[in-house]
Parts: sequence; structure tokens; C-alpha cells
Amino acid sequence: MTAPGPSGAPVAPLPLRRTALSRLVGGLAGVDRLALAGAVLLGLIVLAALLAPWIAPYPDDGGSATHPLEALLPPSGAHWFGTDQVGRDVLSRVLYGARTSLVIAVAVLALSGIVGVVLGVVAGYAGGWERDVIMRVTDVFLAFPALLLSLALAVVLQPSVTTVIVAIAVTWWPWYARLTASVAASVSTRGFVDSACCLGVPAPLIVFRHVLPNSLTPVLVQLSLDGGGVILTAAALSYLGLGAHEPTAEWGLMVQQGQSLFTTDWWVVTFPGLAILVTAFAFNVLGEGLRARLAR
Amino acid sequence: MTERPGDDLSSPLVPSDPTARATTAPGPAASDPTAADETVPGTAAVDAAVPRGAMLRADGVTLAYGSTVVVHDVALAVGDGGVGLIGESGSGKTTLARALLGLLRPHSGTIRYGSRDLGSLDRKGRAEFRRAVQPVFQDGSEALDPRMTVEASISEALTTHHRMDRAARRARVTSLLEDVGLDPAVAVRKPHQMSGGQRQRVAIARALAVEPRLLVLDEPTSALDVTVQARILDLLERLAAEHGLGYLLITHNLGVVDRLCDTSHVLFAGRVVESGSTRDLLTRPAHPYTLALRDAVPRLGGKPPRPSGRTEAAPAASGCPFRLRCPLATDVCRDQPPAAREVEGRRVACHRAEEVLAGVPNRPVSR
Repeated sequence: MTAPGPSGAPVAPLPLRRTALSRLVGGLAGVDRLALAGAVLLGLIVLAALLAPWIAPYPDDGGSATHPLEALLPPSGAHWFGTDQVGRDVLSRVLYGARTSLVIAVAVLALSGIVGVVLGVVAGYAGGWERDVIMRVTDVFLAFPALLLSLALAVVLQPSVTTVIVAIAVTWWPWYARLTASVAASVSTRGFVDSACCLGVPAPLIVFRHVLPNSLTPVLVQLSLDGGGVILTAAALSYLGLGAHEPTAEWGLMVQQGQSLFTTDWWVVTFPGLAILVTAFAFNVLGEGLRARLAR
Repeated sequence: MTERPGDDLSSPLVPSDPTARATTAPGPAASDPTAADETVPGTAAVDAAVPRGAMLRADGVTLAYGSTVVVHDVALAVGDGGVGLIGESGSGKTTLARALLGLLRPHSGTIRYGSRDLGSLDRKGRAEFRRAVQPVFQDGSEALDPRMTVEASISEALTTHHRMDRAARRARVTSLLEDVGLDPAVAVRKPHQMSGGQRQRVAIARALAVEPRLLVLDEPTSALDVTVQARILDLLERLAAEHGLGYLLITHNLGVVDRLCDTSHVLFAGRVVESGSTRDLLTRPAHPYTLALRDAVPRLGGKPPRPSGRTEAAPAASGCPFRLRCPLATDVCRDQPPAAREVEGRRVACHRAEEVLAGVPNRPVSR
């Protein structure tokens, strides 16, 4: 029903007041099943990482503990995922490894996302020489194969988790800059930007108040799609000995240390490998789901 | 052109600006000595076309995207009251509106706010211009940030030029919403939660928030349902009278200018082909294009409109731009671009204006 306003203009009714519960249920119903599945899976992984000290059967094995007498035991009731060369529980290390991998993923996405989005939104709104300069710089970064540039950086810096984060972020941000620039350029042609301009709103405020919030959605989708890629790249760097090192529990490192044992003691390499696979899959499913939802 | 000798605001038009002519195909504004001689000082129609002391004035404005010229050598002025700018899609009217709002720099020619060129305004002058001249765009859903509530959108306008505490801002938002005929309860909504008419009202309230003196209305009703259009036009008419606003109304709808504008300009392919009092233009068009526009208006219960000429043809690149669609076109129209001249109280750029006025039947003429 519509009720007439003061001068007869119809005023549509306000939406019903929503409780937190109805909002949650309504929100879930509206979300694509794929995105929901990805979010749930990722949620479980995050939970596992957060609770690692409590749920890991042998919390000390996440670190430098060694139990030479229990080395390379196959999966059993006491060690579900078996034990590694120095007798550490593989399940415990996989759980602790989730912490390392997620920290790397979040840090890389945050760093490269912030740098890329800020540069991209400025380039997209300003156009002209500002856009040219920023885009040429991103082109230079994009001209290198990403893994090669990360490798070069990781070799120059000391191998550590921080190195991995920096090395990946450096090759990752240009994609966000490019994506944001193209979205922001099209948002900048919309009426509300003109109308803010006509009000005399200063350009920096227009960029951060109007252009940026309206350009973010595709970037968020891309970020969630890329989570898997970051984890894979981090694992690759650690695998090559350029990232995390002993005794840090890191999936890539665990795969590297276990691969020579694959034919005799398959569990050492298989479980961290599966963890990488599942996490990358969860990020991708979430991203694809969000993208599908956007396209509707 | 439209200015007269002695009018100090407009005198440095074509003669002092050689680039305007170098970059423009000779159009209606080409300085034809005979046309200049015919411009008798004090003619009523000229006064109507460019009022004295106009607040916003375009002189010899040419606008181009890259090498594509979309507006050729246009002169018009808006002061008190309503001025209409009529043209079909692609005629360059929105581009011209953007230039008048200072969103687009003219390729050549000047746009002046009062006596100052928009391009040379200092910071203070620019802020003053921004407050004085406000746009209302075609579609309220485009003009409002989809992520902002009505209150946030209007508050942005209020706080851009003045500091204002929360309570004062609230009160002002409420009074503005009431002023445009909306229930103040809509303040908490976002654009997608409102109807097209409501959004356009919010856009108008937002424009009024800075207390402008002049509105540039770019097709303010064409995205709306017909009944809503009428209400929005009522609102604009009332607000313009109450706040003493001048306005430039850009539209393809002749009924709208008939109602709201005393003076009108007809734009075809980026050129002003006819200007004068709206009444003259609509009752006795002197340009075949104005005639075609008028005849294309459907009437209730009448025969379907049959626009004269071949209406789909693109503007001609040489000679008169309208000649390919014109039922009266002759060899002269092909060879010479018509200069703007004074015919029976209006400015018209047509070789055969007298015949149009005399009511020569629309007949195809061999070219």
C-alpha cells in the first residue's frame, strides 16, 4: 500500500523492522549455495587454525618437539595422519600450518588489496596523466611472470613468513590496481559523481566517499577468488626453501620435506597437500559464488 | 550572432575568437556580413534570446570529444525565468549542459558566470559558482549515490559549503524534503527503496540545499511516468517561482517547454537552428526542423503524427546540416550553410525560413 505524502506524492511503505535473526536467515537464503559452501568450508578452516592449540592432539608437535622413537608411524588411532621423520604428529602440524597459511593469505590480500585499490581508484577517477603514470607502473610489474618476481625477491630477502608475504604482495597488487581503475573509471561517469562535483565537493572526498565504495564489489570478489592462489604461491615458495623454515609448521614446507618419502611413507606429504588443496578450493568456491551472485 | 553591438557582456564573440571559427564548420554562427547588418539593435526577439545581465552565458561555444565536434558555436544565456533548449537525442544538448555546469571545458568559445569566464574562476569564485548553479539530471537514481541514504545525500550538500551541527542538519533535511513534497520519513531510505518520482524529488531537494540561483534541468522528467512527470513539472514551476530561480530546461518534449519557458532554442546536430519566444516557435516555426518536431507531437484522438521529411537521415556534413531530412532543401542548402538571421522576430538558420513561415506545403524537392 502507498500512503499519500504531504502534497499527494506517494510514499512507499518502509520495510518491516528486521530482527537480527530474520536478517541472518534472510541473508542466508539470498546467498548463492556455492558461496555459502565456500564460506562454511573456509569458516571451518579458520576455526581449526584459531583453535589449533586446543584441538591438536599433540600441541607441542606444532613446533620444534621431536620424538625420534615415533618417527614415520603410519596413520593409527593415536596419530590419525601418522607421524613425520622426527616423530611429530602430522595432524597437529597440519592444524598449526593452517595458521601460517591463513596469516599469509590475509596479509597478502590486505596489503596488495589496499595498495591496488587506492592507486586504481585514483587512476580511474583522475584519468589523464595520473592514470597513465599509474597504469604504466602496473604494466611494468605485470610484465614479469609473477612467480619469477616473487622468487627473485624471496632470494634477495631472508627466507621467512614475512618475506613470503612481501614477495607475493609485490606481484599481486597490480591486478587489483588494474581492476579497480577500470571499475572506478566507469563509476566516475555516473550521475552521482557529476552531481557531487556540481555541489563543489572536493575531488579527494568524491573519490573516497562516492567512487571507492561503489567500485569495491568486483574487487572483493577477486580478492576471495585469489585467496587460493596466494596460498598455493606461498606453499610453492616454502617448498622451494624460500619461505617458512623449520620448525614452523607450513604446508608447502611439509610437502617438500615429505615428498621423497612418498613411495614408502605416503601420509607425510599427502595430508599437508590435501590441506592446501581444500583451502584453495574453499577460496575459489566462495569467489565463484560471489561472482555468480553479482552477475544476477 | 545573437549579440548586438554595444552589449559589453557579449561583444567579444566571433570576431575576437578566431579559433572558434577555425575549428568549426561554418554553421549558423558564421559571421555573414549581411546577417550582421540585419541585426537591428533593440529587436525584441534578440532581447528574448539573450537576456541582459544573464547569470550564465555561453558564447560561441564549441564542444568536441576528441575530433568529433558535437556542439557547434552555440550562444545562449540564462538569467531570470525559464529558457528552453529543445533537441532530440544526439543533438548535443546533454554535452552542452555539462559544459554549462563546468564539468566539461569548451573546445572554443566562452562560458561565463556573471562577467567571469568559468575557466578562469579562482577557488572562491568556483565555490560561489557551484553554490549558484545546480543541476537536476534525467534520472534521480543516477544522480544519487546508491549507497547513501536520502539524509546522507542531502547532508552532503548542506555541509559542503557550511559547517552545520547535527540537529540543524536534520531540521534542514526535513524542511527540504517537505518543500519538495516528500514525507520526511524517506530520509532513512536508499535510492533503490524509492520510486522514480521520489528519487527525482530527492535530487531536487539536494540541489536546493545549497540555495542556488539557477538550475540546469537536463531532461528532468523524461525517465518518469507521464502522471509523475506532470507532478514534477508542477513542483519545479512552484519552486522556481518561490525561490526566484532561473533555469535552463533541456528536453525533447515540446509540451514541457511550452509550459515552463518563455524563450527557447532549438538544437539540431549541435547547432542552434532557431531561437525566439517559445510561443512563436511552437505556433509558427520558421525552421523546417522546428516544424517537424512540432508535427511529431501525438495528439489524443487525432491522426497519428506524420513528421515531415525523411526523419531518419543523419545530419549532412556540408551545407545545411538538416538538408537531408528537409522537404524544402534546394541546391543552395547543399552548397551553403545557412547563417543565422532575423526573420519575423526570431533567429533562424535556414535559407528558406520565409517559405516555412508562409506555410509552403511539405513536398519533396529534387536535389
